Amino acid sequence: MILVNEQTIPFYKGLTMADLAAAHTPAADIFILNGFPVQANTQINDGDSCSLIQKGVIPTSDEIDALLTARHTPGIQKKIRASTIAILGLGGLGSAVAGAMAKIGIGKMLLSDYDVVEPSNLNRQHYFVDQIGLLKTHALQQNLLRMNPSVSLKLIDERLTESRLPQLFGKVDILIECFDDPEMKAATLRSVLTGMKQVSYVGSSGMAGFGDNNTVLTKKLYPGIYIVGDEISEARPGMGLMAPRVGIAAHHMANQTLRILLGDVQGR
Amino acid sequence: MNITVNGSNKVFQDIFSVTDLLKTLQLPPETVVVELNTIIIQPDSYHSAKLVEGDQVEIIRFVGGG
Repeated sequence: MILVNEQTIPFYKGLTMADLAAAHTPAADIFILNGFPVQANTQINDGDSCSLIQKGVIPTSDEIDALLTARHTPGIQKKIRASTIAILGLGGLGSAVAGAMAKIGIGKMLLSDYDVVEPSNLNRQHYFVDQIGLLKTHALQQNLLRMNPSVSLKLIDERLTESRLPQLFGKVDILIECFDDPEMKAATLRSVLTGMKQVSYVGSSGMAGFGDNNTVLTKKLYPGIYIVGDEISEARPGMGLMAPRVGIAAHHMANQTLRILLGDVQGR
Repeated sequence: MNITVNGSNKVFQDIFSVTDLLKTLQLPPETVVVELNTIIIQPDSYHSAKLVEGDQVEIIRFVGGG
């Protein structure tokens, strides 16, 4: 058997890339064999993995879902696709968490931020220079849909208060707190603990500067309630937020979210 | 007065409320979540939340940045 565009098909001796292309993707103009580009007349061996690509053609939502299902296995992808998460704050943490979750094919994301993209954000936040001045919700939507057009997004661009949180986010599977402001961070955890008893939580505290990688930890506070960071590295003059360490924390958060969704660690 | 803060027993003097405790620990009240004997205390009740011998307090502190 061989894999052709993530689908398993029977192998026979003498098969070439051109034969596969004729049968599966006649317009293909790029041939990838086991991860490397090859010529059309290249012979294929049993067990090979082949990708047939037509330059410039965007796969449909169904095709992307099939690719993710093949890569992640059906049981896992079904759970990821059925999940709804909320990301509060779309800065260095939130924009990176959103990208990771879009790429793995999360079903639905509620994205919340009232701010616009500023030049000073670009040292760590996943926006582009031509997006300066756009609302972060809108800019991130553009970027995420380029990563995975089949993800469903709901944009919330109001300035949040503690009392609004349960109304907006009380029905999501997991709330991911990516605010900059420590008062909103504390308010969010309080709100989840007292008013959103079904919602799992992944929060953050302490990821500024360029200190030790391995002091950024994921800590369980209560069942289904986790906090990521080193707990002390506060963003302040002389110790700013920078893409590398914020990225470490963001991907702790994204992986913890995935682990909760897949039942690998306890949710609520 | 003995109070358990985040799992460790501590001795305090002249502490009567959650507000006093946060002040002694030099924690900005608006950046923490406080649980007193398993109940989450709202910030507007920090002053009225009285502490007594043997209380168990969990304080989750947030620093800025995200």
